[in-house]
Amino acid sequence: MTHNLTADTITMKGQNDDEIEAYLAVPTDVEHFGSIVVIHHMPGYDESTKEIARKFAANGYAALVPNLYWRQAPGASPDDAAATTRAGGGVPDEQLVGDVAGAIAHLKSLPGSNGKVASIGYCSGGRQSLLAGCRLKLDGVIDCYGAFVVVDPPSDNPIKWKAIVGEVGNLSAPLLGLFGADDQFPSPEQTEILADALVKAGKEFTFRTFEGAGHAFFWNDRPSYRVDAANEGWKEIFSFLERTVA
Amino acid sequence: MCTYQTEMLKVSASAKTANGWMRMTDATVYFDHPVHYPAGHALMVDLLNPSEGPSARAALELSPESARALAEAILHTLDTAPRGLLDELAS
Repeated sequence: MTHNLTADTITMKGQNDDEIEAYLAVPTDVEHFGSIVVIHHMPGYDESTKEIARKFAANGYAALVPNLYWRQAPGASPDDAAATTRAGGGVPDEQLVGDVAGAIAHLKSLPGSNGKVASIGYCSGGRQSLLAGCRLKLDGVIDCYGAFVVVDPPSDNPIKWKAIVGEVGNLSAPLLGLFGADDQFPSPEQTEILADALVKAGKEFTFRTFEGAGHAFFWNDRPSYRVDAANEGWKEIFSFLERTVA
Repeated sequence: MCTYQTEMLKVSASAKTANGWMRMTDATVYFDHPVHYPAGHALMVDLLNPSEGPSARAALELSPESARALAEAILHTLDTAPRGLLDELAS
């Protein structure tokens, strides 16, 4: 593998056939490839998320990052877009699911696609990746420290998301969960509750909780980055993708 | 974590943004991931003018201690401002 790839900003169709911005990275050193939808964290469609997409492509998977804040803030810088979207109540779950559905369709239409698509999300995107897996047909689902999966967010804030643990009976694919032992949202107790629900629903899943890591341990340009957890996490991710979408 | 906790309020203000000075109409205050301040979480303040678009924004990312000190300094300054000037500024 040469790690060769192409990466471009594109337009894709999301919820309600709305045209939204997205970042697409595609491997150029393999004939056929599996794919992954990368759901950005609450701070937005930023440079570090695009870097994650390129890492997937460098390792043989097409990766597509929909700009979930495009409708609220087209063309704005990621931090301004995130602030605007937060003040506006966040991304509604229905819109998120529609945008991921559009991303799945786009990835499957690529020349070279093997027809298999996974999703991954970080932080708020972890919850959204799991939500997408419960409402859409995917081949693998990865949740990186998604909060408010088993408990509702505080009621006195503008973001009106709800816990989604009640939907795991509809999970369409194997789930990989990567968490930090020092995280409080989700806490290890909360990920245990999710694990129990998955067992009861008869779903296939793998959870890893890394000691010495808190929230956002993959975020490699911020103080929350934990090199050991991140490196182990990436190994888990690529092993999972080999099993599910390669 | 993403706390999602957000205080929102209307304000009458001006702020210097990346595009120069602008009138601001809204503010949000939250404790969450900063973009620039070197910590996992910070007290965030956004001054916004939604009618002018997402870039009509001036942002602060503060340590909790700094945020409290700033809040106290603001209140102290208002409490000790010369009598009569506050009414003038509010008009």
